[in-house]
Amino acid sequence: MAQRMARRSGSPWKGCGIVFEKEFSDHLRSPRMLVLEWLILLTGIGAVFMSIQGLRTTTAQDPFLFLRLFTDARESMPSFLSVLSFLIPLMAIGLGFDSINGEFNRRTMSRVLAQPIYRDALLLGKFGGGLATLAVGLMTLWLLIIGLGLLRLGVAPSGEEVARGFVFLCVALAYGGVWLAVAMLCSVLCRSPATAAFSALGAWLLLSLLWPMMARFLAEIVYPPTDMAILLGVQSPQQIGLQQILARISPSTLFGEAVIGMLQPATRTFGVVFASQVRGAVAGAPLSFGQSLLLVWPQFTGLIAAAIILFAASYMAFQRQEVRA
Amino acid sequence: MSEVLIEARGLKKRYGKTTAVDGIDLTVHRGEIFGLLGPNGAGKTTTILMLLGLTEADEGRISVCGADPMRDPLTVKERVAYLPDMVGFYDNLSARANLRYTGRLAGIAAQELDARIDGALARVRLDSVADHKVGTYSRGMRQRLGLAEILMKRAQAAILDEPTNGLDPQSTFELLDMIRTLRDDGMAIILSSHILDRVQAICDRVALFSNGRIAIEGSVRELAAQVLGGGYTLQVDTDPKNGAPHKGTLAALLGSVEGVSGVHSAEPGHYHVLAMRDVRDAVARAMVEAGVPILRLASVEPSLDEIYRRYFEGINGTAHGTA
Repeated sequence: MAQRMARRSGSPWKGCGIVFEKEFSDHLRSPRMLVLEWLILLTGIGAVFMSIQGLRTTTAQDPFLFLRLFTDARESMPSFLSVLSFLIPLMAIGLGFDSINGEFNRRTMSRVLAQPIYRDALLLGKFGGGLATLAVGLMTLWLLIIGLGLLRLGVAPSGEEVARGFVFLCVALAYGGVWLAVAMLCSVLCRSPATAAFSALGAWLLLSLLWPMMARFLAEIVYPPTDMAILLGVQSPQQIGLQQILARISPSTLFGEAVIGMLQPATRTFGVVFASQVRGAVAGAPLSFGQSLLLVWPQFTGLIAAAIILFAASYMAFQRQEVRA
Repeated sequence: MSEVLIEARGLKKRYGKTTAVDGIDLTVHRGEIFGLLGPNGAGKTTTILMLLGLTEADEGRISVCGADPMRDPLTVKERVAYLPDMVGFYDNLSARANLRYTGRLAGIAAQELDARIDGALARVRLDSVADHKVGTYSRGMRQRLGLAEILMKRAQAAILDEPTNGLDPQSTFELLDMIRTLRDDGMAIILSSHILDRVQAICDRVALFSNGRIAIEGSVRELAAQVLGGGYTLQVDTDPKNGAPHKGTLAALLGSVEGVSGVHSAEPGHYHVLAMRDVRDAVARAMVEAGVPILRLASVEPSLDEIYRRYFEGINGTAHGTA
């Protein structure tokens, strides 16, 4: 295969930009996108509005007031963050589940591939178009929330808060990219868009809701708790370690950790902390921006790596597919 | 003969254990319509996809407009246009926007693109509905839009897969007429179909596909000579009541004319005469000399349908066990 590839002439990127433009404009104009945008906008703003109600009473005490906009949960209303971690996958899957099989079903695939472009350009252009749409949506939401905060709280965000918020935006985009890649993989593998959508949603439910619980069970099976541990009501460090490793297979765990690390500057670690590690630390003192970034870097790159691996898988599956419908 | 644009030698393609295409050779020249005919599943579409480089051939050598579709697919796809079976468009976009997208993918310069699109749409008579969404188009209009794409691309060769599939007779006629004008512009055209009589009218040469091979190839007349035993068919009608000789004697009389290879009679007074060349003159003279009234003496185009049926009857008669 590799040898055959090397012999092929012409650039695999030719036409990529044109596909990207078309996909991007299609997404922005599609009614599906409109529904998703409004869904996120209304729930997101609702959550932020509630947290502002609470925050106004504590304005003076918190140096990172603005970041609390994203993470604070008030009665009956989840935090903006949990709304997002739920809705970003939904939006990404909504954008990607019929990208490839839709072309087959409309019978446009062979006509498009009969133009002088490689399949690479089509797949990459479609992924890029979806990602750009996500980026536009998230960016709009982010700016709206900052604006809302400015108006309602009456305090300007500090430079560090903006920087942390921006990293949060990038992490959210990477998280969306993972689910977009999942949706595109399903759209390559399943010929029916409905099957593809259900497979992608199934994967999302499994990884986001069930997997954290399963990680706990699996860790308990591998490292059964000792009598001593049961008596004290704690888990052994190995068990917690394994549980954490397993849980991090799920992109939503990675996203949650990265975002908490960024938006709550006092976060120092995500795992077990031994007494020796906190010696000399001032409890509750925030980390500097650089240190927080270092803390969440593995999670961030993990998300990007997951998106790339999934994209590569759909690329391989797509290359082997027959064009005839 | 004019320049060869499409050439394939020993083309083979297997899917798992089944061989879809089993050693096909074909040559298509500039300004020629070449028909690939055969039942569904005979390997026509697979052959087409291999010519375009959309499927890799397992064996064989292909040259399309001077490039090898396996090694240099982009060059081939720049020079060849393709109209797939049951072509689809983006229904939510206008005809113009659909063409603009593929035109840009084809690498047509932006300043030239709009003029080319307008020209192509006018030629297939879709210019009045160019800004309507393709979702509102009928099947025939979609096929014509597919032809407009080929015109826009200004390809040297065009490959049309079942272009008349699902069209009403009027649209079929119009479409075939437009395909003929493409040929007159000097394009090499490959056209696949299983509807024979329509296609016969416009194909310069045809190849009959059967089980992944080309069974017979040539112009319709050549095939008729090969399969039916005569390239010319005459229809002779006489009046059976009024002075006509006994059936056997007229058949014998017609058979004795030089160049006639066979005489069939479906009903009294109606005869089909097969001949290697145009023998109308000799037949008329023989009948007049014998005093037989001539009600009709007409040359009938050999029908591809009949050739096809007779050929496969022959195959199935001799090789039924292996099929």
